[in-house]
Formats: sequence, C-alpha cells, structure tokens
Amino acid sequence: MTRNLLTDADQPAAVFTHRHLLGIEGLTPPEIVALLDLAEEAVDVSRQVEKKKSVLRGRTQINLFFEASTRTQSSFELAGKRLGADVMNMSVGSSSVKKGETLIDTAMTLNAMNPDILVVRHHAAGAVHLLAQKVGCSVINAGDGAHEHPTQALLDALTIRRHKGGFGELVVAICGDILHSRVARSNILLLNALGARVRCIGPSTLLPKALDRLGVEIFTDMKAGLADADIVMMLRLQRERMDGSFVPSVREYFHFFGLDQEKLGYAKPDALVMHPGPMNRGVEIDSAVADGAQSLIREQVEMGVAVRMAVLEALASHLPDQANFA
Amino acid sequence: MSAVSLRSEPRPLVLSNARIVDPGRKIDAFGTAIVIDGRIAHAGPGPTPALPEGAEIVDCRGRAVLPGLIDMRVFVGEPGAEHRETFASAGQAAAAGGVTTIVTMPDTDPVIDDVALVDFIARRARDTASVNVLPMAALTKGLKGREMTEFGLLKAAGAVGFTDGRHSITNALVLRRALTYARDFGALIMHHPADPDLVGSGVMNEGETATRLGLPGIPREAEIIMLERDIRIAALTGGRYHAAQISCAESLAVIRRAKASGLNVSCGVSATHLALNERDVGPYRTFYRLSPPLRSEDDRRAMVEGVADGSIDVIVSSHDPQDVDTKRHPFAEAADGAVGLETLLAAALRLVHNGEAELAAVVNALSTRPAALLGLEAGRIAPGAPADLILVDLGMPWICTTEALHSRSKNTPFEGSRFEGRVLRTIVAGRTVYSFADA
Repeated sequence: MTRNLLTDADQPAAVFTHRHLLGIEGLTPPEIVALLDLAEEAVDVSRQVEKKKSVLRGRTQINLFFEASTRTQSSFELAGKRLGADVMNMSVGSSSVKKGETLIDTAMTLNAMNPDILVVRHHAAGAVHLLAQKVGCSVINAGDGAHEHPTQALLDALTIRRHKGGFGELVVAICGDILHSRVARSNILLLNALGARVRCIGPSTLLPKALDRLGVEIFTDMKAGLADADIVMMLRLQRERMDGSFVPSVREYFHFFGLDQEKLGYAKPDALVMHPGPMNRGVEIDSAVADGAQSLIREQVEMGVAVRMAVLEALASHLPDQANFA
Repeated sequence: MSAVSLRSEPRPLVLSNARIVDPGRKIDAFGTAIVIDGRIAHAGPGPTPALPEGAEIVDCRGRAVLPGLIDMRVFVGEPGAEHRETFASAGQAAAAGGVTTIVTMPDTDPVIDDVALVDFIARRARDTASVNVLPMAALTKGLKGREMTEFGLLKAAGAVGFTDGRHSITNALVLRRALTYARDFGALIMHHPADPDLVGSGVMNEGETATRLGLPGIPREAEIIMLERDIRIAALTGGRYHAAQISCAESLAVIRRAKASGLNVSCGVSATHLALNERDVGPYRTFYRLSPPLRSEDDRRAMVEGVADGSIDVIVSSHDPQDVDTKRHPFAEAADGAVGLETLLAAALRLVHNGEAELAAVVNALSTRPAALLGLEAGRIAPGAPADLILVDLGMPWICTTEALHSRSKNTPFEGSRFEGRVLRTIVAGRTVYSFADA
C-alpha cells in the first residue's frame, strides 16, 4: 500500500512543506516522523519485484557530487530511478569545476538546464545552502563538509525505529571522529528532536568545542560512554587524521576507541551496532563486530535507498508546476 | 657505619633518634622510622611500637631522615651514548646524591617514542640501576615536534610523562592537540620553554657578561614568550602542563599568575640555577654552559624565592652528562649541560643554610611535590609508603671533587665548591643502596 503525495494531500507526509532538504536543522519532529513513515512504505516498494513508481516521471534529477562517494550517490540514483525520474550523475572529476569554474557558475549553468531536483555533496560546509539560494529547483544536501548529512541521519533513524520501535529513552552512543563528522551533527539534531539520549564518545582531539551545548553527554572513555547504550554508532576515522595530528596511530586508536566484542560488551546486551560506511576494519571497528549478529550496517544501506525515495517524493509535492496542478 | 652490599636482602630497618622531615604530613620532629618488607611501617615522634625481629638498628643521633629525592629531569645516555652515562653509573651517582628515583629524558638514540623502548628502559634499569628509574617518553615522534606519540599505550607501558626533553615545540597547534589528547589519559606534559628562533645562536644569558665575553646572548624573552604561549594553551585545553625548568624572574611571575587563575600548571628549576649565576661562566668555562642559561643574580634570587614560597614546584638536577668530546671546545661550540645528581641536595640545601628557605620547602620541591606530579606513592615518610629514604647530615661540610663523582661524566660546575650537607645513607624500597662509608 503506497501513498501518493499528489492525490492524498491530507496524509501525514503532506506536513512536509519545505522546498529543499538542506539539513535536519529546521525540521520539526512531525516532519521527521512523516518522512520516516513515507520511507517505511518505500522499503516495501523496494522489496517488490516491480520497484517502479511514477511520482517523478518526466522529472530531471541531477546528482552533483564535488566529493567522491559510492554509496550515497548510487543510493540517490536508485531512489530517483525507482520514482521514475531521469537521473544524471555529475562528479567533480568530469566537470568544469576542475577547470576553475566557481561553485556559483556551476550552479547557474546547471540551473539553465532546468533540472527539478539537485542532489549536492560538497567538501565545504555551507556550500549546499549557497547553491540552494542560486537555483530554481529543489536542492537536497547529500553532505556538506562537517556540517550536515540529513539523509544519513534519516536512514539511521529509520533503521533504529524498525528495531527498537521508537526513540524515547533510547541511549545512542556516537563514537569516534565527531569533530569532522557531518553524520554526527545531523544525527545529534535528529535523535534529540525525537527524544533519544545522545552521547558522544571520542578522544578530546576529535570532539569539537562546546559540543555539550548541542545537548549531548560527552565521554572520552568507551567503557563509561557505552554503559547502558542501546545503539552504538561508529564513525569513520580518516587516514590522514591518524598520523599523530589528531590521534597518534591506528594502533592506539583501535586500542582505546575501536569497537570490538569486548567494548561492545559494555553496552546493553541487545545493543545494535551501526556505521555510516565506508568502514575502516581494524581502525574504528573490528570485523567480528561489523559482521556480527548485532550489526545493522548492511540494513542501513537498504534503508538509505528507501529514505532517499521518501525525501524525493516529499519534495516532489512542492515542485513548481505541481503546485499549480494541485 | 658499616658497608652494606648493593643487593643485600632487605631485612627490617630501624632508624632511631632521627629528625624525620615529611612535608606531606607537615612533620619535622625527632622520632623513629621502621621499615619492614620495603615499606615504611612506622614513622614519626611519639611512642615507638615493638621493633621487628632481626632488624638492623641505626642510631641516627639526631640527623635528618628525608624522603628520597625524586629528580624529574635526568639525561642518562643509555641507549646510544653509554660512554657518557649508563643506567648503572647514573644509578650510583643518584644513590650517592640521595636521589632514589630518577625520571629519564627521551633524548636518546634511539628516541624513546615507542612502547618497546619504554619497556626496554624499564627492564634495563631494573637489571642494572640501584635506584628507581622512571622513563618519560617523547611527546612527539622522533622529537621532531610534529606528530604526537601514543600517550595511552606508552603510559600503560610505564611512561610517567611526555616531553621532548631539550627540544621545544614551536608549533602551537601540535602542543594544543598534545595537551588536549593527554588530558584524556591524565598524562603529564613536560615542556622546555625556549623559543629556538629567539635562542638563535645564543650560548649564554644576554647581557653585560655576554657582551664583555663577546658571546652571543639568549634573551630572557626566549623563555618568557614561549612560557606565556604554553600557559594560554594549557588554559585552552585544560591539560596538565609542567615547564621543565624556568630561569628568569619574569617567568616566575607568569607561573604565579597562571596558578592564581587556577590553571593546572607547574614548573621546575635546576639546583644549578639556584646556586649559580651568569658571572660564574668566568673565563669561558663550558661546564657552565646550560640550557636554559645561567641568568643574572636577580633572576637567581627570584628562583630561590619561588622555591621558598612554593611557586616553583620542583627542583631538578637536569643531570646532563657530557664528555670531553662535547665539552672541550670553545664556549660557543661546546654542548649544553652539566651533571648534577650528586650535588642536587647539597646545592639545594644552600637555601636552607642561607636562611632563604625552610627545610620543609626544599624537601617538598625535591621529593614530595615531584611525587605528586608524577602520581607516585613515594615522596613521603608515612606508614605504607615505599621505604625510599635518605639519612642526611645536614651540617656536614664537604668539597666537591670530580674524582669522587660516581657519574661516568665529570662535567660538574661545582668542582671545588664547598657544601654543607651530606647523604650518609640512601635506602630504596628498604634496601640500602649507598652508604657514605663506601665512598
């Protein structure tokens, strides 16, 4: 049973009134729940033999990735195609950005091609917001610097909700490189909005200043931080940050912050393990845990497609000519 | 006093009629100390409990029993420069000087920046040295000032702190990250504040003496500026910062301000800087070439005041053995450094004899305070504490001669100096490792 935003305007998903999805910030709890409900249906669609819907038929979706990505880009591509859109992928390697074109020029050029939806990833925080001000279409933030990655937070929330039923009193521990993580920021906002208790665990060098003001509990010790945790969310640590600049070595990082069976044992017995990918096995997570019974990592990927379908569908209801149509 | 062999089985020991000085418990009183199984069973005035069977009983005849000295800045030479000093020879020198714990610097070849090397020092020192040897590990890999070392794993392996020894961290971001990361492990960061660009080619304190001698000077600002920077980074990060050695009056003012504002900072001074000033360089005597350099008499007096009022936390020897290959050169081309383990106590006691500081303040800076900074059980004469003790004749006169030094290197600036105060016996974990009759 699928719901169509165009015809069933009184359905909960219709509370989503934004033209863009630039971040979790600015979304109300009902809006988030509506997106999750919509995504739940997209899961069903994606599990059918016939996966096609026609919500975006005739629409053009451009995936504009200034930063390399495998899973997010392919996930958005699949989501768009399952909803019937024409999807074009542009990555930095084949674009004119390498030839010195500014972000705005690139945006204006693409805008002239009349796309309906732009999915943008950029290495600079705020770049997607800047772009959204300059184009006429809907913009989805697929990750901007260390700022936000809203669809990742939504897919994480969907995965959690399917296993835990809800968020109230749930203890979620986000572990590792919080400083550089857009996934962490979006998750903190979303989980707090839905009533979960959020903790951040990491070495002080990887915890941003004033993190406590974001409404999280801060730990620098995995044992203390994981106590009574329902969800253990590991973050990727990039290689260039383990050479003595932020942490001394991979060996030391894994020893104190890598999630292995022993450390997972500090959390609740039914705690679930998540990771936004791509994983560094043996750095932030042990293979036995990543592939173990408590791991939701592969399910997160499936939920990724569903959540992106939901976001595309929700935004589709506000595309200009459809507003007229309605 | 009978000679006692180095590795005798520790039998119970009774030090009676002793003036027991324990700054930690604020005790300075005549009484008895009893040592059983390497630990202090009783210490203090008042009624003495039954003496243990078969104990060696020493009538101290009113001489002082102090907690063994803990020297937070000792360069050894092993591994890599064993011709200057080994753990064995440094241990003998320390024992003769009343130093029961030495904290070794990582400036060796290879640099102590890896778990396996900390482990090597611990085992090598245990097998060859008669006193406790605690390694500090490098703060940055290879002492290069760029990438921090594995504080967590190194601390677990036995490193008591992290320092780049003689080297200063010029990159403020590196120091910021190190202090931030160290905080998670409660690790102590010890830094040598000396801006290498301002030090430049300087070889002694900048001022009249340097000008008269025609030697390039080191301005005080090389120390003060870096210390002020360090204090601000300590405030930013909340890390535990210790300035290895300060030498100028104004540095002391910086430290006092930092402490008054509640920062977790501490500092040390070398006994040599408490006893000597730039004028002692005299006719280009390279044994007086130190880093930081000997400063003016005003600076020296300020250092003495700092120890007396506790603003300066610890007195170190900054023991730095150098051989003729590095010292028998023109002053400007010689290496920095002087040996100091065997003159540490006597040079510091000058403050007491001159009426410039209380004995308790000096003992505090030589033992109790360093123990607290390093998180050691030692540094006190209290029941249950390790029996690291020294018996000292505070008034015994002696003259320092290079022949009598146990250190393998003889670069002492105190050759021919007259001192009052002599270590008669040094006890480590209840075992006598030095007695004056041996010498």
